[in-house]
Amino acid sequence: MKEVIVLSGKGGTGKTSIVASLAVLAQNKVLADCDVDAADLHLLLQPSIRENHEFQSGQTAQIDGSKCTQCGLCMELCRFNAIKEFKVIPTSCEGCGFCYRVCPADAIIMQNNIAGQYFISDTRYGTLVHARLGIAQENSGKLVALVRQKARDLAKEQKAEYIISDGPPGIGCPVISSLSGADLALLVTEPTLSGIHDLERVLGVCRHFNIPAMVCINKYDINEDNTRRIADYCLAQQVEVVAKIPFDKAVTEAIMHGVPFVSYNNGRASRQINLLWQIIAAELESKTEIRK
Amino acid sequence: MPERILKLKSSVIGKMIISIASGKGGTGKTLVATSLALSLKDKYSVQLLDCDVEEPNDHIFLKPSITGSEDVNISIPKIDETKCTHCGKCAEVCAYHAIAVLPKTVLVFPNLCHGCGACAYLCPEKAITEEGNQIGVIEYGQAAKIDFVQGKLNVSEAMPTPVIRSVKEYINDEGISIIDVPPGTSCPVVESVTGSHFCLLVTEPTPFGLNDLALAVETVKTLGIPCGIVINRAGKDNDVIENYCLKENLPVLLTIPFDIKIAQLYSRGITLVEGLPQWKENFIKLFDLIQEQVDERSHSLKR
Repeated sequence: MKEVIVLSGKGGTGKTSIVASLAVLAQNKVLADCDVDAADLHLLLQPSIRENHEFQSGQTAQIDGSKCTQCGLCMELCRFNAIKEFKVIPTSCEGCGFCYRVCPADAIIMQNNIAGQYFISDTRYGTLVHARLGIAQENSGKLVALVRQKARDLAKEQKAEYIISDGPPGIGCPVISSLSGADLALLVTEPTLSGIHDLERVLGVCRHFNIPAMVCINKYDINEDNTRRIADYCLAQQVEVVAKIPFDKAVTEAIMHGVPFVSYNNGRASRQINLLWQIIAAELESKTEIRK
Repeated sequence: MPERILKLKSSVIGKMIISIASGKGGTGKTLVATSLALSLKDKYSVQLLDCDVEEPNDHIFLKPSITGSEDVNISIPKIDETKCTHCGKCAEVCAYHAIAVLPKTVLVFPNLCHGCGACAYLCPEKAITEEGNQIGVIEYGQAAKIDFVQGKLNVSEAMPTPVIRSVKEYINDEGISIIDVPPGTSCPVVESVTGSHFCLLVTEPTPFGLNDLALAVETVKTLGIPCGIVINRAGKDNDVIENYCLKENLPVLLTIPFDIKIAQLYSRGITLVEGLPQWKENFIKLFDLIQEQVDERSHSLKR
């Protein structure tokens, strides 16, 4: 079983559209949406939810006003500026419990957070594990880890060949959580200066965690000078550019229709994504061979 | 009555923090933040703070001259093994499992530590001191007449919020502060947007844009911050967003059409108002609309 995570650094480069199309092309796989903050993959895969679970994580402090003597120790010690006027600001509280432990009046209690939900769903392309982080909640990294664990369990059960995951933007905790231990990171970038800058940082994260990476340049014809710069950069970094997908209105149209673009028509973008999947599949295959 | 309005206005111009958020990535936060700052700089004192510390991009467009920097450290525990009795108190109080106490030694996992300080304070042997663990950097300087500040999380570090908190310590006491917010709806967004007078949410007219906009609106509402919408890459499908805004009673304050010229400028790191100067007027108008919204809000709060 091989796990591919699609990342980008910069948001809005096309991760979800590409993952949805890979969902069509890859056989025998489990799908996962690791962008638990702003999950969109379900909008293209149209899942019917089979299981719905609560995700509990972390705690939030609460001050019992009737016991509080307003000594101010909690406010003085809290490093997260989460207590103001003897009240806890839940969105700032990181749940460390320091205040709870030191309060001389025992006026503080810690409550478990219901930090979100995760779902196991059926789609016409296979099983999808996805999640929704509670509004303004923390611990998205832990929810990502849970989504991946469920996806792995299901993949084992189903003897699936692949897990294909849609990743979050950025390079911080949910990205690290999506990436660790994956077999391949597909980095989707765009030929803008921001795209290049952000690609360099997310590739740095892959390197740090020793995850092999490949690059896909989306909308490559928006600025071909920048596309060349990306190609040169990748060459210098010894990272393969596996596909250059042209700007194609069909991709946005497919989103409007709620389908993966590869099923929407057989246009310029679709032809490239077909090639992209062949290369990735071969790459994963060759790794299995070496291991054998 | 006129006196009261005057007072409200002056307090707003005294200090106005506008955050630019989106839910979905790549909708145009950076485009709006940089062009808004450039359009206002001649009339007001303007500051731009890039809180997208995982992938800060404003510097690509504004090309600031950086005049100073400061490390962002979080305090991680350092154990004095000569004093430690391996009682296990520190591991017990750590909510993040960042300390493991073994019979003869204590292990600290800096990547898990949130720097709350509980272990050092509660150690009965006073065997724990705290030392700085550098996780990022703040850089500041000038771009044209804009005060520029950005945070950068070190590659491979997991926690952006302490870096964001440090960026926000640079918010000027007066003038307009524009905050470029990271994508998403969780802790980094909350940390960035908290304390703003107004939040602009940039979206695009697709089901993705709508889905993530609705999540972002809920987050901003939870924080009690008034918000308005910018539709970027607008076109024939705008009603996807407009219908939602109508239903939720959210004002659409600016619409930027899909235009390959705008996309190409962006790809080259050129701001919209520098590439197409006629847009400056629209961003000044956007600011006036924001001010109206904030005034109205403080008015209705007083009543």
